[in-house]
Amino acid sequence: MEKIPILKMGPFLLVTIQVDLYDRLALSLEADLVQMVKKTAAKGVLIDISAVSIVDSFMGRIFGNIAGMCKILDAETVVVGMQPAVAITLIELGLPLTGVHTALDVEKGMKLLTSKVDIDIESDDDLDDDHNTI
Amino acid sequence: MTTWTMIITLSKDVMRIVADQDVVPFRNRVKECAVKIKMGLVNQTKLITAASELGRNMLKYASGGETLIEIVTRGRDNGVRLTFKDKGPGIADLSLAMKDGYSTGKSLGLGLPGAKRLVNEFDIKSEPGKGTTVVVIKWANG
Amino acid sequence: MEYNIPKLLQKKKKNIIELWITNQLSEAGLREDLISNEEIRQQSEELVDSFVSNLNQENIEDVNSGDFDGVIEILSGISITRARQGFSPRETGAFIFGLKEALLQLLQQEIKEDKETLYQATLQINRLLDSFSIVTFETFIKGREEVILRQTDEITEISTPVIRVWDGILALPIIGTLDSARTQVVMENLLQEIVETGSSIAILDISGVPAVDSLVAQHLIKTVSATRLMGAECIISGIRPEIAQTIVHLGIDLSNIITKATLASALKFSFQSLKLEVKKVQVVKAVV
Repeated sequence: MEKIPILKMGPFLLVTIQVDLYDRLALSLEADLVQMVKKTAAKGVLIDISAVSIVDSFMGRIFGNIAGMCKILDAETVVVGMQPAVAITLIELGLPLTGVHTALDVEKGMKLLTSKVDIDIESDDDLDDDHNTI
Repeated sequence: MTTWTMIITLSKDVMRIVADQDVVPFRNRVKECAVKIKMGLVNQTKLITAASELGRNMLKYASGGETLIEIVTRGRDNGVRLTFKDKGPGIADLSLAMKDGYSTGKSLGLGLPGAKRLVNEFDIKSEPGKGTTVVVIKWANG
Repeated sequence: MEYNIPKLLQKKKKNIIELWITNQLSEAGLREDLISNEEIRQQSEELVDSFVSNLNQENIEDVNSGDFDGVIEILSGISITRARQGFSPRETGAFIFGLKEALLQLLQQEIKEDKETLYQATLQINRLLDSFSIVTFETFIKGREEVILRQTDEITEISTPVIRVWDGILALPIIGTLDSARTQVVMENLLQEIVETGSSIAILDISGVPAVDSLVAQHLIKTVSATRLMGAECIISGIRPEIAQTIVHLGIDLSNIITKATLASALKFSFQSLKLEVKKVQVVKAVV
């Protein structure tokens, strides 16, 4: 079975979806991604969907799930590069993807992730310091 | 709603959806038809998304069925008509099934009402125990 | 004496044309500004020629005869052109009724003795020409509808310009009523422009929208949500006090949307969120 590659970039994970997702592929992406977040202790997940021409309610739900699961594992999720036609269709469908951060492109998405986790990294450092002192 | 009477079929194609992987080739076939009649990108996306929702519904609730993909014309308008026919359990309460957020499965309950919002014409017939037929039309400039 | 009406009309073709053109030129509402005398002559000759040469003893009784397809085609062409040129329905009607008048005048001159034949021929010509008039009106209206459709398209095109007000900030002033078709155009244009320019803020200015009801509000909310899905922020500005009142009275919830009273304050807000500052230049006078 084909798999969608997950790349590690510093504290972040990068996923670029290049193929049309059918349901099982999307579900395996969800499982793989959550495993990866745990394994690498990633602070953020960036999903690039600029090559995706269709997002239906199932895919939308997968994005929501990934964001929710990563949040529990203390990682932020940003979906970037949504096509205008896809955005209009999702709104008409009644799926505004609340809870999922979005950005125009990978660069802006990275910036957003960095700004979101900056504070977290600092507080982690604080925690580490505390540990050191004990 | 506009009448269905004056609609003429220009091309016809039958595809079966019985497994998860069948949805992608089905969507591609729908896209081909939409491109053939020069449908705009946004309307194309809406049509394919609706097709995806309805195809998935059929898989989930009736473990698959048959689809009919047609290019139709009505005077100056060209469009794509999709028919989804299954022999599943049927829907007991159609008006409830067409409501946003209602679902017997564990989904968001956007399938039917969402698909309806994405197309120009939507018709659903269901008989409990016999099956469900959904017909949708998206006009190229609709 | 036995009359053959079609033959008679063919023989008198020149007289018919002259009579008709005289009728048209003497018409009080002659639109010399829209059409020249030569054009009138040319159109009239073409039509009369096609009519009399296709007319025979059989089809004179049959208004639906296929023999008149050519006549109807010419007539439709003239009628559609006139609709586009801006002729009024009355003026276009006078054109075809002028031909009827001319034909009846001619019959009256030619068939003086035989009242019975004159009566029959008048009836036949009346019926034929009435049917032609209906075609004229139908095509005239169709021509007008085409004009209206084209204008509607033009209005939707020109009424949704997306302006790049700053690097990363787009503005879209909406003028006129916002219906679902226009919302589609607005959304498509705006989102496309966001992708092309990589702008992270879009300002939707509704100063030019006459009224906001729950449907319009829904369209606005959709546009804002779609913009956010793309990863940009959308601000709605230009909300007049009356519109704020109706929004609250209708119970429309805009609390998730950033709204500003004016385009200027929306721009100011955009500068702040992009961490930009606009300052007055301090002119330091050189000490002499």
